[in-house]
Amino acid sequence: MTTPLVELKNISIAFGGVQAVDDVSISLMPGEVLGLLGHNGAGKSTLIKILSGAYKMDSGEIRINGEKVDISSTRDARRHNIETIYQTLALADNLDAPSNLFLGRELTNVFGLVDDARMEAETRKIMKRLNPNFKKITEPVSALSGGQRQSVAIARAVYFNARILIMDEPTAALGVHETQMVADLIKELKAQGLGIFLISHDTREMMELCDRVSVMKNGQLIGTERVEDVTEDDILSMIILGKNPREKAVA
Amino acid sequence: MSDTTQASSSGGRQRRSIWKSLEIDPRLLGMIGAFIAIAVIFNIMTGGRFLTPRNIFNLTIQTVSVAIMATGMVFIIVTRHIDLSVGALLATCSAVMAMMQTRWLLDLGFDLGHPLLPWLAIGAGIIVGTIIGAFQGWLAGYQGIPAFIVTLGGLLVWRNVAWYLTDGQTIGPLNETYSAFGGIQGTLGSFWSWVVGLIAVAAALVGLWSARRNKVAHDFPVKPLWAEGVVAAIIAGGILGFVWILTSYEIPQRVLERDFEAAGRVLPEGYTASYGLPFSVLVLIAVAIVMTIIATRTRLGRYIFATGGNPDAAELSGINTKLLTVKVFAILGALCAISAVVASARLANHTNDIGTLDELRVIAAAVIGGTALSGGIGTIYGAILGALIMQSLQSGMAMMGVDAPFQNIVVGGVLVLAVWIDIQYRKWTGEGK
Repeated sequence: MTTPLVELKNISIAFGGVQAVDDVSISLMPGEVLGLLGHNGAGKSTLIKILSGAYKMDSGEIRINGEKVDISSTRDARRHNIETIYQTLALADNLDAPSNLFLGRELTNVFGLVDDARMEAETRKIMKRLNPNFKKITEPVSALSGGQRQSVAIARAVYFNARILIMDEPTAALGVHETQMVADLIKELKAQGLGIFLISHDTREMMELCDRVSVMKNGQLIGTERVEDVTEDDILSMIILGKNPREKAVA
Repeated sequence: MSDTTQASSSGGRQRRSIWKSLEIDPRLLGMIGAFIAIAVIFNIMTGGRFLTPRNIFNLTIQTVSVAIMATGMVFIIVTRHIDLSVGALLATCSAVMAMMQTRWLLDLGFDLGHPLLPWLAIGAGIIVGTIIGAFQGWLAGYQGIPAFIVTLGGLLVWRNVAWYLTDGQTIGPLNETYSAFGGIQGTLGSFWSWVVGLIAVAAALVGLWSARRNKVAHDFPVKPLWAEGVVAAIIAGGILGFVWILTSYEIPQRVLERDFEAAGRVLPEGYTASYGLPFSVLVLIAVAIVMTIIATRTRLGRYIFATGGNPDAAELSGINTKLLTVKVFAILGALCAISAVVASARLANHTNDIGTLDELRVIAAAVIGGTALSGGIGTIYGAILGALIMQSLQSGMAMMGVDAPFQNIVVGGVLVLAVWIDIQYRKWTGEGK
């Protein structure tokens, strides 16, 4: 058995009196898409924000390629090639696409000044691949459509050679065509050997895109199953009832 | 009927394309337009006294102190903070610098004529301003106290620290070198003003040319050469026109006579000299250049604007927004100290009420200059133009003999009006929300 790309072991975090994530362990193999499902407030986003460095866990450990790592900031996560596409996209609306794409990692010239021309050129290059219709390179992203904004957020994650990609509701605000583009991209990245965490509410989409799905409820992990082994109804009952029907069957 | 609509719409498109190819910020154009309108109206109302070299010179040196602080206020407001303490902080810095050069350094054994005296005083003032600014930024950034409250407290604290340091007395006369930063006491004269003007034009042309070359190198669209030429001509004309006006303000004969007498010589028949660029204006230009580079070409500037646009996104991108808050307040603190040099040098004394109400002028200048209080939007040149517009209104009305209460009523009204126009403009262009 190969070492998992990412192992999250016994992760817990509480906010005030609320145990947002309670002793959760999941792992992700290279080239695998792992779906995270659950109600709003089930702890999916919180768990993922621990991996992306936005929150600091109370207890547990993170291993990448079998090695224990310490992730206490988004910079740490980025250093381990973990990239995140947030549900909110996390774009600065007043800045243009290149500034957003390189935010926190600006390309600079020999004087240490930001090199806008080079960043713009790089942005044009990657956008040609991701979304050829993307033309408003130098306008503030507030002027872009939902799909175009999503393209900027995806480009930001993909550009920096991510090995682990976290996508939080990547298709929630998109139309049919754009959703298909994201699905194609996920398949392409998967083929390149990236590990992808995918969070979504759309169980059908998850069945199609993921290799395995993990279901969470009230901060606890209900179960992780290969999509071939379960039906959409099984997953729905895990989400709603918080019980794994297969465990019952085995028992 | 349909023909006419088509014709007018295509005409509109063409007009827009001219502006588009020039790539001039329409807001900048609007502000310059407003400034010119104000200047022309006052010039007519005062019978031609407003647009004389002498008055333009005075207007310029009166604007400098507020304009320097306004450039720093842009960063504060862009990051969604506010600083109400700048006037009081200016007073504390001014008090420190005045006390340094008239008492404290002398107590340390420096004599009054020591060449280092003014520079040590200025250095101490800038250090004090930066530390106080950083401290207020720390309270706002790391301790989470709203900047409004921190600096409202600061307004009282620093105003009265200044009072305590000087026992409320007027401190002066200030050192001669120091006073040269005040305006009329320190100018470049005709020859060097033109030298500076020509260097500035050359620098601007090189800047335009290298920006264009950079774009061509990356195969980006560039504006047509004629548009580049028009922009270059406007910039060069503006710089040289400004120098021409300031060098046209001749030093009065009696002042020249006095100066020559002081030097033990006789004023030659028909000798004239002009003031030219004041040192204080050079300081403002240097501040403006540095602040513009920070805003547009450095990571710090990029983070300031990103944080203002979306603090969460900035944080998730690994930007330390707390430290950023400390930095922007420290920058404004240092600029308050530089303004304090100009303000106290202009008065030749430190006075107990120096900088009173400056916080409101500075915030107004930044806001009139297009800085959005919702954060993320603002320019350095806008803030400077905003300061100039405010000062023009004030001194224009004073020249017309408008009563003091009406002057303030008009300035207050203009502030609100400017923000309203800006909001309408943004709605119309769909920019910001």
